[in-house]
Amino acid sequence: MNKAQFGSPWMPYMLLAPQMIIIAIFFLWPAAEAIRSSFFLEDPFFGTATYVGLENYSDALSASDYKRTAIFTALFTVLVALLSLSIGLMLAVSADRVLRGKSTYKTLLMWVYAIAPPVAGLIGVMLFDQHIGPLVDFALIFGWEMRIGVNYWDTGIAMIIVATWKQIPYNFIFFLSGLQSIPSSVKEAASIDCKSPNRRFWTITFPLLAPTTFFLLILNITYAMFETFGLIDLIVKDQPGNSPVTLVYKVYRDGFRGNDLGGSSAQSVILMLLVLVLTVVQFRLIEKRVHYN
Amino acid sequence: MTTLKIKNVFKRYPNGAEAVKGVSVDVEDGELVVFVGPSGCGKSTLLRMVAGLESVTQGDIELAGRQVNDLEPAERNIAMVFQNYALYPHMTVRKNLAYGLKNRGTPKDEIDKKVEDAGELLQIKEFLDRKPSQLSGGQRQRVAMGRAIVRDPAIFLFDEPLSNLDAKLRNQMRLEIKNLQRRLQTAAIYVTHDQVEAMTLADRIVILNNGQVEQIGTPSDVYSRPDSVFVASFIGAPPMNLIAADVSDEGVRVGDQLMPISTSNRGKVTLGLRPERLQLSPDGEGANVQVLIVEELGATRLIHGKLGGQDITVAQDAEAPVPADNAKLSFRSDDAHFFDASTGRRL
Amino acid sequence: MDRVKIYDHIVLLLGVFLMVGPLAVAFMTSTFDYVTIHKEGMQFGWGGEFLETYETVLTQQSGFTGGVTGLLMTQNSFILGIGFALGKIVISMLAAYAIVYFRFRAATFCFWIIFLTLLLPLEVRILPSYEVVQQMGLLNSYTGLILPLIASATGTFFFRQFFKSVPNELLEAARIDGAGPWRFFFDILLPLSKTMMAAIFIIMFVVGWNQYLWPTLMTTDESYFTLVRGIKQIMQNMIGADIPKYNEALAMAILAMLPPVLVIVIFQRMFIKGLVEQEK
Repeated sequence: MNKAQFGSPWMPYMLLAPQMIIIAIFFLWPAAEAIRSSFFLEDPFFGTATYVGLENYSDALSASDYKRTAIFTALFTVLVALLSLSIGLMLAVSADRVLRGKSTYKTLLMWVYAIAPPVAGLIGVMLFDQHIGPLVDFALIFGWEMRIGVNYWDTGIAMIIVATWKQIPYNFIFFLSGLQSIPSSVKEAASIDCKSPNRRFWTITFPLLAPTTFFLLILNITYAMFETFGLIDLIVKDQPGNSPVTLVYKVYRDGFRGNDLGGSSAQSVILMLLVLVLTVVQFRLIEKRVHYN
Repeated sequence: MTTLKIKNVFKRYPNGAEAVKGVSVDVEDGELVVFVGPSGCGKSTLLRMVAGLESVTQGDIELAGRQVNDLEPAERNIAMVFQNYALYPHMTVRKNLAYGLKNRGTPKDEIDKKVEDAGELLQIKEFLDRKPSQLSGGQRQRVAMGRAIVRDPAIFLFDEPLSNLDAKLRNQMRLEIKNLQRRLQTAAIYVTHDQVEAMTLADRIVILNNGQVEQIGTPSDVYSRPDSVFVASFIGAPPMNLIAADVSDEGVRVGDQLMPISTSNRGKVTLGLRPERLQLSPDGEGANVQVLIVEELGATRLIHGKLGGQDITVAQDAEAPVPADNAKLSFRSDDAHFFDASTGRRL
Repeated sequence: MDRVKIYDHIVLLLGVFLMVGPLAVAFMTSTFDYVTIHKEGMQFGWGGEFLETYETVLTQQSGFTGGVTGLLMTQNSFILGIGFALGKIVISMLAAYAIVYFRFRAATFCFWIIFLTLLLPLEVRILPSYEVVQQMGLLNSYTGLILPLIASATGTFFFRQFFKSVPNELLEAARIDGAGPWRFFFDILLPLSKTMMAAIFIIMFVVGWNQYLWPTLMTTDESYFTLVRGIKQIMQNMIGADIPKYNEALAMAILAMLPPVLVIVIFQRMFIKGLVEQEK
């Protein structure tokens, strides 16, 4: 649809200026800098920089803890995404079907979205605390002695649980919205054609939710990889010792704490490429969704 | 045998609203019964209760001999055609048709045969492998019917299936539905708000108003002997003239006009006269009609005027001579309907 | 039909327990004194220390320099939240207006640049962003806190989508009535956009309030700490102490989550609408 438009020569530039300027200063410039400094070895004491080509990249990738961090990040991302999507979907399906109390359930389940990741991290730390945490007591019933901050995987599991918990409302909201956009007559036709509600769900509802699901999958992956920074920072408690971290966190730690600017930048660029790939995939999927309707 | 018995059914909602207030209707084998009425009269609610999509608050619904009140829609052996088709968007036409049968464990070759037969019957064979989004409205409607047919149900339920189609397509599909139903000899309930559809399709019509039955009868029954003012004005186009009149021994008086109709009724009545049953002539004995507006419709002519101060419309053949400013009204006494002035019921 | 309903209610109740449970425990525990908590673990019920604890958190000087109180952090959080939301709305509405309603050569170019910002979240460019802000002397300032965060494209795309859905006829009628670009924007487009603006404001307020990484990086002066940033501080305090002040930490956590939670609960409908529309 062609939009009727104004032809003023200078006004659009003036309107766009604020955003473009901010983008240029706080986005383009840093992004370019990140790429540039990834090729240099910077000496923090003397302020000199030596060009080292791709050495930063190879160093970063071959470091032993990079591999461990990458593996954890991958596992973390997959588990958090799958778990929070499944739970979110399950809750949304029930919320869609229920007649009474729908809005109360909705409000209560939505709540957690507003909590900042580090705040969730703090609460998680407490709940998993060796001295006072009820969840540690609970795990003990099964003979599992959780030691967050000491045991690598105990800490990792706690992170996964808290990150999943925080993301469930987001998926819940979108799935509920997706479910409600399925025409009720289609659902009714399905109830006439198929007796088992379970079967109806998998053959009719779930396929029709596919666009929403794909879309959320990408968003969940982005969330797990990047937005969980605060959560990890809190659970790790500055005791990097035996705690798993994500790749993003490693960039921060190496750059700000370790002062390895070149290496940190190289890691940043690697992550940038990853995001690029994810976004391309996302847009391909959006095209598929448009085609669907 | 009777396929469907709706026995004194009520639908009440938690907030107190009553959509259906004690309706009883029977549908015989092979019969097409039309539920017709204005928006909100309860016809769709009634249909959905038969389908199992709405619960029955009070009363019984018996389908093919068994009580179905507590059965799930899929257990009732019904098939429904929705107003907006409700086809499964992610499945091909073939899969849409096969879905219900598949869920019931029908063997594959039987499914294939039924799908092919339905495809043949409804002329949708060429797009069996397409998806609904690639079809036009009329084609989708056929697929929706195909989905109902393959199920070979005890009764078809049509919920205003033609409302979303344009006028020309609607007329065409109307005939197809009628033919189809005759051929398959399956009982059917057809819900519509369009009285033309109702009159042309129905073996019997059920006219509903505000949750209650106004009249049940064949199309000609409800046309020539409407039980109430509501039915009289709902059925027939242009609508029946409803004129306030006073009956005495002298005859029927409308304003300053007196008509010598013989009837046993006395006192204040509502006189019903169908426009197409009236004649106007330049002179003669009848009551005087003051002609105000003449509408030419091609084959017919509508004359709007005043009879004794009240509005009246007469429909005549376009071939007849155009009346002058005043004309004399005549009609057969059989064509005069009398209704109670306060209750609106037939006298 | 009814069998399914009971199952649904059970699922939902379990869900509510899962989601709200931890928060309830956290809140209840915060009303006890920390010695009790240390001895017995996290608590259920009411500890009676509610007023004392929360008052302490709000007014007590904390942090290394003792220069910041809970109240001050709350104030900073509000400034960040509201500032970010307002800034976002203003900038993205103007930009979206330009892109949708004007014919100019650089339009596609600008659009793609803006789009580019979606590709790289802050987390992948933290170091250089810090350096840039430092070089501009904006460390430890509200401007430095808010401005760089406004760069991303989300708001712009949202308003672009919305503006595109406004019927053409409105602009044509306005032009016939003699309205120029400014009039059209203020007299017609803005009033139409009110609900959308509200929805975006709510979401962006929550996003801004909950910022962690950026404030952590560029505010070393504690008087600029937000509640969410302060959480980390409280955690550091707990690590050092013999008996950590669990109750104060939890109280702060509750305070940090309170305004955003209230906002999305009160404005639930608008929030959901904005969220779902935004991601399209």
